Amino acid sequence: MLTLTNVSKRYGDEQTGTLAVRDLTFEIGGGQIVTIVGPSGCGKTTVLKLMAGLLEPTTGTVTVDDVEVRRPPEQIALVFQDYGNSLYPWMRVGENVEFPLRHRLGSKAERRERVDAALGSVGLAGLGDKYPWQLSGGMQQRVAIARGLAYQPQILLMDEPFGALDAQTRADLEDLVLQVRERFDITVVFVTHDIDESVYLADRVLVMGPRPTFIDADLVVELPSPRDQIETKALAEFSRVRGEVYRRIRASSELMRTGSVAVA
Amino acid sequence: MRRHRGLYLSAEILTPVLVVVVILLATNAGKTFFLPPLQNVFVAFGENWLFARIPVDVLPSLARLAVGYLIAVVLGIGFGVLLGRSRGARRQATPIVEFLRAVPPPALLPFTLVALGIGDGAKIFLIALVCIWPILLNTIDGITGIEPTLRETGASYRIPGAARLFRIELPAASPQIFAGLRASMPLAIIIMVVSEMMGATNGIGFFIVQSQRSFAIADMWSGIILLGILGYLLNLLLTLLERWVLAWHRRSHAIAR
Repeated sequence: MLTLTNVSKRYGDEQTGTLAVRDLTFEIGGGQIVTIVGPSGCGKTTVLKLMAGLLEPTTGTVTVDDVEVRRPPEQIALVFQDYGNSLYPWMRVGENVEFPLRHRLGSKAERRERVDAALGSVGLAGLGDKYPWQLSGGMQQRVAIARGLAYQPQILLMDEPFGALDAQTRADLEDLVLQVRERFDITVVFVTHDIDESVYLADRVLVMGPRPTFIDADLVVELPSPRDQIETKALAEFSRVRGEVYRRIRASSELMRTGSVAVA
Repeated sequence: MRRHRGLYLSAEILTPVLVVVVILLATNAGKTFFLPPLQNVFVAFGENWLFARIPVDVLPSLARLAVGYLIAVVLGIGFGVLLGRSRGARRQATPIVEFLRAVPPPALLPFTLVALGIGDGAKIFLIALVCIWPILLNTIDGITGIEPTLRETGASYRIPGAARLFRIELPAASPQIFAGLRASMPLAIIIMVVSEMMGATNGIGFFIVQSQRSFAIADMWSGIILLGILGYLLNLLLTLLERWVLAWHRRSHAIAR
């Protein structure tokens, strides 16, 4: 269980710094896929880094299983948008996936087994000896997901993971995320600025407001499983939630453009 | 590809042979005392360096070079990592580094001769002192230029300190580090020779000066040619090492292009 309590984050000092996140309180867990969606520049990545233990909150607390997060917790694995810099080009695909396990699992055989299983579950079985840069962007992001899965986290955080990929690859990887959740029973926190993606994947959507960001809406998505790129998106529930998210984000974008910082 | 190979062979073999022939003809035609006929220099080269004086002069020179260079590599990369990681330390150190770097190392020779004598210590000290700066500055550059995502990935997967240094930071900075290693190799050879010319009892630089003083001009030139060959070979060695260590870098960039 990942809990944020009255979390705010200010960059810089009291007078001249900017407040990026204001008084966030929410709880995520239970094997759900929670998507965090908001207008560009609202501070989504800041929220994600606070959850991942990469940033310290200015006020408030982040806890995982009731333990306060002061550095990246071992229950969390992170998948970045920038797979080109998140995978190490001097390591082969298998080494990249194995690297975080080296200080966790003593037995080499056990590590290899986990690496093979993780690569298999993202459809990259047998590609462990390639280098990341020999693979397409979509395949590289699959490697990054495999690395996260091999780590066996309770929570998988994904920061706009498919933002740099083409539409078809993106759809394939969205379905991969849904499969992986079924198979590994993990909680997924998925940050995106793509409204369709945020609804299609989610059990729950957190809509973020303009900077300093806050939770503008906390929506439950009642779409049936398994989901399908064509059929699910044709359902009335999909367009209802999509419309709701869209209206909120449009209002936020308007506010950010006109410059007034209003509280919803 | 074939054409490429032809060009390569011509550059590596044909052109040098031509140059040698021209020098051979010129030195035989000219007959100046300080430019003896090239064949005499070749004879002297054979007598001195194949392989009579190798243990007497070449090995001591190479040993000083290697020890001084390695000290510079270890200290340059070590302090480079420390300064690269900490902006505060970098700001404090920059003026000192810039000053020390600006002092021409041969200017320290009178000091090292008095303080450290004419033994190996003084020479090794000077070689290390001159080689450290390109390595240090390039390492700092490499470490500060690491993509934040690369570091954050390491942090989020709780990679321990040593593995973070040796498996993430140093490989990520290695292209710049190698640039520093390449820049300091010729400096090492220069300081080796200069320090051996002033106050030494053996070494290639010592041999060149001794030959000149005893008017053995062909011997003197054979020493100079040997230095050229050594410099060429050491640079080749470093290039091969770099190609091997940075294979991932070369190939990933070839694909990106």
